[in-house]
Amino acid sequence: MTTKFTLTALASAVLGLALSMSHSASAQEVTIASWGGSYQSAQSKALFQPVAKALGITINEETYTGIGQVRTKVAAGAVPWDIIDTGSGGGARACTEGILQPLDYSMIDISNFVPDTTLSCCVGTIVFATVSAWNTETYGMNGPQNWADFWDVDKFPGTRSIRGKMHGMLELALMADGVAPDQVYAVLDSEAGINRALDKIRELKPHVAVWWGSGAQHAQLMKDGEVDMSTGWNGRFDVAIADGAKAAYTYNQGLQDYDCFGIPKGAPNKDLAMKVIAEMSKGKYQANIPQYITYGPTNSTAYDTGKIDDELAQNLPSHPNNAGNLLAIDQKWYAKWEKTASEMYQDMMTE
Amino acid sequence: MKTLDKLTKPVPGPRTAKIYKRWDGINSEELGQDELREKWALFGLSIPAIILVLTVIAIPVGWLFWLSLFNDEGVLSLSNYTRMLDSKSYSRIFVTTFKVSFFTTLLCVLIGYPLAYFLAQLPKRWAALGMMAVLFPFWTSLLVRTYAWLVVLQRKGLINQWGMELGWWDTPIKLVHNLNGTLIGMVHIMLPFLILPLYGSMKTIDFDYIKAAANLGANPVKAFWHVFFPLSLPGLFAGMIVVFVLCLGFFVTPAVLGGGNVIMVSMKIETLIDLFFNFGTASALGVVLFVLTLMVLFVAYKLLPPDKVLGQGHNV
Repeated sequence: MTTKFTLTALASAVLGLALSMSHSASAQEVTIASWGGSYQSAQSKALFQPVAKALGITINEETYTGIGQVRTKVAAGAVPWDIIDTGSGGGARACTEGILQPLDYSMIDISNFVPDTTLSCCVGTIVFATVSAWNTETYGMNGPQNWADFWDVDKFPGTRSIRGKMHGMLELALMADGVAPDQVYAVLDSEAGINRALDKIRELKPHVAVWWGSGAQHAQLMKDGEVDMSTGWNGRFDVAIADGAKAAYTYNQGLQDYDCFGIPKGAPNKDLAMKVIAEMSKGKYQANIPQYITYGPTNSTAYDTGKIDDELAQNLPSHPNNAGNLLAIDQKWYAKWEKTASEMYQDMMTE
Repeated sequence: MKTLDKLTKPVPGPRTAKIYKRWDGINSEELGQDELREKWALFGLSIPAIILVLTVIAIPVGWLFWLSLFNDEGVLSLSNYTRMLDSKSYSRIFVTTFKVSFFTTLLCVLIGYPLAYFLAQLPKRWAALGMMAVLFPFWTSLLVRTYAWLVVLQRKGLINQWGMELGWWDTPIKLVHNLNGTLIGMVHIMLPFLILPLYGSMKTIDFDYIKAAANLGANPVKAFWHVFFPLSLPGLFAGMIVVFVLCLGFFVTPAVLGGGNVIMVSMKIETLIDLFFNFGTASALGVVLFVLTLMVLFVAYKLLPPDKVLGQGHNV
């Protein structure tokens, strides 16, 4: 009885203390939701902890599953997060739908950002690339060097894995079909253009063993040697290679994409959130990220800080040597064609 | 109190009450009241279940149907249904869904029936052990079992490695990331759902019938097909329907073991919600699947009415 009573008293005291603390501290606190795993732990060490220290505030971390969850919270009028990390596609949709509020670019310095890594409501934080990876046991170090090679089953016999969604796939198919990278989105800007890309994928379809659904999956496929070649995200392949996967990839003709920070509409501490985003977008913090995961900074001044050594820098997708070989994802095209192209892609998949 | 007193005596239940009404006029009125009271009491006891069914099934399904009648702009229309006719992938996805469910059910019957028959013949202690083995997979997470199959079946997985080392085949067999892998995984998960009701119904079959058949000159095969098998049909159909209907809504196993080559309705619904937040089209898919499922059950019921199945067994 006594123990029980004491415990209850203690619990309520602690709870009361916690409540009063959170109340008094709420003015200097922001909550950030990101994707968890090795990516968020890198962000925590590179961005969240140093920025919290510099601004003298508390940054709480949570994980979430994507923009769909933000949409539900905004619709319900109960937004627990001040800042979210989203993929550029989710960010672009969120801007159009008004789920994320516009950012104040007089506070956030984007003058040295890699081109095409900002949206009105979402500012880029890391650059990643969709690349072609190959199994080094099957092809040695001379794997496919461009998408035409990836499609060439005579020169490179073996199984392929490509994405089960049209996102970041139609561009590759057109490049394989001989379209110059800078012409890709112009060609895709009609149903006939989309069909041209789909026909190219139909050509490869008999050799597609797996249509991947997540980054974890394509990394695993390469690690297990389930397929000989796969499209996918460079950071995931790096993690798999570090984990013993016999694989390599090339940035040539890859697609440049990015993750960005935004503030949900109705966020409890939106003013402070804006300051935090402005701080996190500085080169000196972004330079920390590649120490933990091979994603490149969006702010080019990160390369001037001396924190990123040359060897590491050359492996990052936003390094000038690589960025020139990449085609930047065009969110305007996605806003216009995403639904139509997705339906057409699924038609092709189920044929 | 009065009722209680009566219940302690060997007093007729509701069924016999009708007989009393017809044959005995002395206390038929009281008995009739008792019957009514009992009916209401039974109804009262089922109220919690009725409320539960209404709140977790009827209302959401009704809401789903309601949502499916609105297009992207929130205007009342049938566009969510016409889209399914315009875009070829929808009908193909429905065909795949029913194909996977049909083959899973068929394989479950082919594997599960002999197993249940074997278990039903075993002495009690061994049967209990056997049932443990059947139920054991139930206690492991579905995700874990699905990923375990991936490890076993993939190109450099256990089966292909052994098969090639033993020289049984030279190039890896495609066991996963296609229909094969999906069926293997789903049969493994669904098998207990078939075996449990089937075993239950087999245990209630009186083995004297089979002895009688033997006595009348039937050989074991004939006795099985003409006596035992018809009597086990109610349990078999119950299991088959549970398996088939559960398969229709499967998501994880085809998503992981199908490798994008097997797309079922649930996966399409997930894409629609996750990517486009399109509850209208997703709901329409749900409604169509629901209606098709009811139609399949109706046809199954018409072809194999439970009482006919039962009667068949008894008439032998």
